[in-house]
Amino acid sequence: MRFMLLFSRQGKLRLQKWYTATAERDKKKMVRELMQVVLARKPKMSSFLEWRDLKIVYKRYASLYFCCAVEEQDNELITLEVIHRFVELLDKYFGSVCELDIIFNFEKAYFILDEFLIGGEIQDTSKKSVLKAIEQADLLSPYHTC
Amino acid sequence: MPAVSKGDGMRGLAVFISDIRNCKSKEAEIKRINKELANIRSKFKGDKALDGYSKKKYVCKLLFIFLLGHDIDFGHMEAVNLLSSNKYTEKQIGYLFISVLVNSNSELIRLINNAIKNDLSSRNPTFMCLALHCIANVGSREMAEAFAGEIPRILVAGDTMDSVKQSAALCLLRLYKASPDLVLMGEWTSRVVHLLNDQHMGVVTAAISLITCLSSKNPDEFKTCVSLAVSRLSRIVSSASTDLQDYTYYFVPAPWLSCKLLRLLQCYPPPEDGAVKGRLVECLETILNKAQEPPKSKKVQHSNAKNAILFEAISLIIHYDSEPNLLVRACNQLGQFLQHRETNLRYLALESMCTLASSEFSHEAVKTHIETVINALKTERDVSVRQRAADLLYAMCDRSNAKQIVAEMLSYLETADYSIREEMVLKVAILAEKYAVDYSWYVDTILNLIRIAGDYVSEEVWYRVIQIVINRDDVQGYAAKTVFEALQAPACHENMVKVGGYILGEFGNLIAGDPRSSPLVQFNLLHSKFHLCSVPTRALLLSAYIKFINLFPETKATIQEVLRSDSQIRNSDVELQQRAVEYLKLSSIASTDVLATVLEEMPPFPERESSILAKLKKKKGPGAVSVELEDGKERGELNGGGDRGGDAAIAASNASTPSPSADLLGLRSTAPVSGTTPSAGSLLVDVFSEAGPSATSAGVNDDGFLSSAPPTVASEDPAPPLPESDELLNKFVCKNNGVLFENQLLQIGIKSEYRQNLGRMYLFYGNKTSVQFVSFNTTVSCPGELQSQLNVQTKTVEPLVEGGAQVQQVINIECLTDFIDAPLLNIKFRYGGALQNISLKLPVTINKFFQPTEMAAADFFQRWKQLSQPQQEAQKIFKASHGMDTEVLKAKLLGLGTALLENVDPNPENYVCAGVIQTKAQQVGCLLRLEPNAQAQPGEQMYRLTLRSSKDTVSQRVCDLLAEQF
Repeated sequence: MRFMLLFSRQGKLRLQKWYTATAERDKKKMVRELMQVVLARKPKMSSFLEWRDLKIVYKRYASLYFCCAVEEQDNELITLEVIHRFVELLDKYFGSVCELDIIFNFEKAYFILDEFLIGGEIQDTSKKSVLKAIEQADLLSPYHTC
Repeated sequence: MPAVSKGDGMRGLAVFISDIRNCKSKEAEIKRINKELANIRSKFKGDKALDGYSKKKYVCKLLFIFLLGHDIDFGHMEAVNLLSSNKYTEKQIGYLFISVLVNSNSELIRLINNAIKNDLSSRNPTFMCLALHCIANVGSREMAEAFAGEIPRILVAGDTMDSVKQSAALCLLRLYKASPDLVLMGEWTSRVVHLLNDQHMGVVTAAISLITCLSSKNPDEFKTCVSLAVSRLSRIVSSASTDLQDYTYYFVPAPWLSCKLLRLLQCYPPPEDGAVKGRLVECLETILNKAQEPPKSKKVQHSNAKNAILFEAISLIIHYDSEPNLLVRACNQLGQFLQHRETNLRYLALESMCTLASSEFSHEAVKTHIETVINALKTERDVSVRQRAADLLYAMCDRSNAKQIVAEMLSYLETADYSIREEMVLKVAILAEKYAVDYSWYVDTILNLIRIAGDYVSEEVWYRVIQIVINRDDVQGYAAKTVFEALQAPACHENMVKVGGYILGEFGNLIAGDPRSSPLVQFNLLHSKFHLCSVPTRALLLSAYIKFINLFPETKATIQEVLRSDSQIRNSDVELQQRAVEYLKLSSIASTDVLATVLEEMPPFPERESSILAKLKKKKGPGAVSVELEDGKERGELNGGGDRGGDAAIAASNASTPSPSADLLGLRSTAPVSGTTPSAGSLLVDVFSEAGPSATSAGVNDDGFLSSAPPTVASEDPAPPLPESDELLNKFVCKNNGVLFENQLLQIGIKSEYRQNLGRMYLFYGNKTSVQFVSFNTTVSCPGELQSQLNVQTKTVEPLVEGGAQVQQVINIECLTDFIDAPLLNIKFRYGGALQNISLKLPVTINKFFQPTEMAAADFFQRWKQLSQPQQEAQKIFKASHGMDTEVLKAKLLGLGTALLENVDPNPENYVCAGVIQTKAQQVGCLLRLEPNAQAQPGEQMYRLTLRSSKDTVSQRVCDLLAEQF
């Protein structure tokens, strides 16, 4: 996977994760261009499209678009389920996650993503394993309030 | 503000985010941010030491500001400080900041690396994981230099926790991708491969990504992974849907791992071990069977996961391309998906079928779905699905369905999305050319293309139609008639005017007999468009006009008047003015003969790869057009280069007069270049042009070696020459150009030229697949004594050959003395991980250095007698293996390089030839006599071939070579 973006229907970027070195300027340009392409698509359309030399796999959950750029030989359907598993992880952690959770706890979203994917590849597909890592971290936190 | 603030809530951060969200304008947001930045800066600079929590909070705010898209130029040091905190969340925020905002500040990198080093050696698994994540996120070269040695050790150490192993595997992968030279697996290789056997599914899932990447780069070192992967896959596929507990995803056992295992296997050819292969085929069959079972859940996640495995299995089946049964089953399965209600599945089925279409086993099966695919092109509501449908139609096109597919694509073009029109135009143009059986259909198609989508017809497309019309005299009259009719339309596209101008200028005479298209009518029609056209088109029309003056003297006065008008002769555009002035002058002072010579019909264009194909490749990226790599035969047919080679040579020499029409096409590069007469075999002649007698045999290459399987010798030593390499060598004794070798992956074409004792050979390596060849390397060697007989120099080729691309290699050859063996050409490259190693004989034979010698009968016989010592003569009597067609025989003897002497032998049935072989050391005169007994029954026909030369080895070698030709 080259990168993952989360953005809202209004075109606000909520999370960006780049798995190859990319200059800040190029990132901004790519984000802008890709958001435009994806937001213009209608509900019944396929979740896949060709964009530049990449395959884009995206899915909308409520007000948020989850969008992955993968390479030519990558499997589109399994990428779609990578997105879904990530959503499930967020959901489990935040308890029915919504866009606001990701805005206000953006750093947590990044941590969860890091436990799930490293360098764009899946580290573990088990929900339990991933969340165990995060929750362990929370337990270690001296400010733990829950 | 939401209540959710789990874990270590940072209240100040939440307030700040809330403020930003409440900003009504961009200005307000910037103001708020600047206020916050000033606040943070003062805190960081303040005298009071900040506690860890505050530091963490401010660093996190900076990160938030950065992610909003603002620049951050401070806070890095504070983030680095957090790395050495003992509190997990502080460390975590520090690492996150570094991961997102790293820059190559060397001072900082050293500090960061130090902190990472400490965490890696802390033996605290959560800290170790954080450090590994950071290395993977940054992935820089400095990081690789610091840690590439340490991480493999962590990965394979017995006491490493599973979660750390997982992070280490993927961290290493990231470093390997960024700096492969710094990651040395060596001693770790086998232990890494054995991670495939790990108890923990998560470890296997992470490790397999690393192993796949390493295998694709070093397949030999990792090949033991094949059997391990097959047995792991087999266990997953045969497990019940609940066996794998948390690794079962919506009733599908370990879908991610299954996909990755199937992907890993695609780095290798089918397993050689029968048992392993049997087990794998069983797995693939099970996966195909499962697709037919009723779903265990209605959730889309269930079907997606299940089908992800299915598509990956189909990819593997296509990759192997050796199991007809599985290929056809795959095709049927995809056929079902073509009509599925899920858009995603239709999309993927169309995409996957594209690759199936190029397999010989499944091409026919794919074709049966043509109606569904055409329907998809017409009715799909999603442009990306329609695009896939168009791609598939293109891939499944062959002679049998070309007319239907091209017609459908043309009609789709009328309403096609703007974004894909240009590509569609290129595809139609290529298919129309490739599968044209009759050329009137081709001309109609291209003119339709211009009519329907003129704006999207690039230069290449109309250049090409002109090249083909020029090269095919049987279609010229039809083309002239058709463009004439097309130009009648009140509004026609400028590209149509270009084609019309060019074709009428060349072939308007072919329709001038009809009073409805008399010369003047043609001229007036063209000229009526003139003022609406751009400068380049006008320039082209002016050239057409001067050609008219030559074709139709009766139009001279009218055209001269047009040229003389102020709007031409005083045109503000220099090019137009110059043409008008020069053409006017030319038409007034040149005699009819001179005019006829200067304005001669354009000579045929040299045969070459369609520039449209190149354009499509550029547009779609390599690989997209791999199915299009046509064999030399088809191309030869189309260009007519084969049977018109002789004319080309003659016409090319005419074109050497500076003709004003030479640049009519604007295609300087394809205009025949000729300063000398082509018969000299000059190296100055455009190397691509098929000048000279050898052209006659270009494109004749229909022997059965096309089907030879790709050799997969897994050794780094050059493979022994292919068994058929002698046969291949023989094919080139009498010709210089053609396809030397072809298998499923690679096509090697040759063009060569010789003069005196020097030769130059161009090898064209075509990648027929959609996958790049890596470590592509070719060597030419002269075994044994050949080393002292031939001097061969090669230029190296780029090590990477993109899918569908062609690379060229130049070889210079100097003949030092006469020789018998041929140089060896060895080609090595990696395709999908497997090493390909092919050796061939390079068709350099002694006869290539012949200079033809013309001589009269008396001279011939005198020399024949002078060479009467027994060792000077070589003779062979052999059965004819082909018919005794006079023209074919003559062409072959000319191709040999000797002069064919007419009226020398008293028996007119016999052929005699003479030539001198030029080597650096000496010149060897050579006489040849070939006596056929043409009257004999077919099957009984024999030849007697006699060679005499001043050197016995030469007589023998030429005799041996030539005896194989008849």
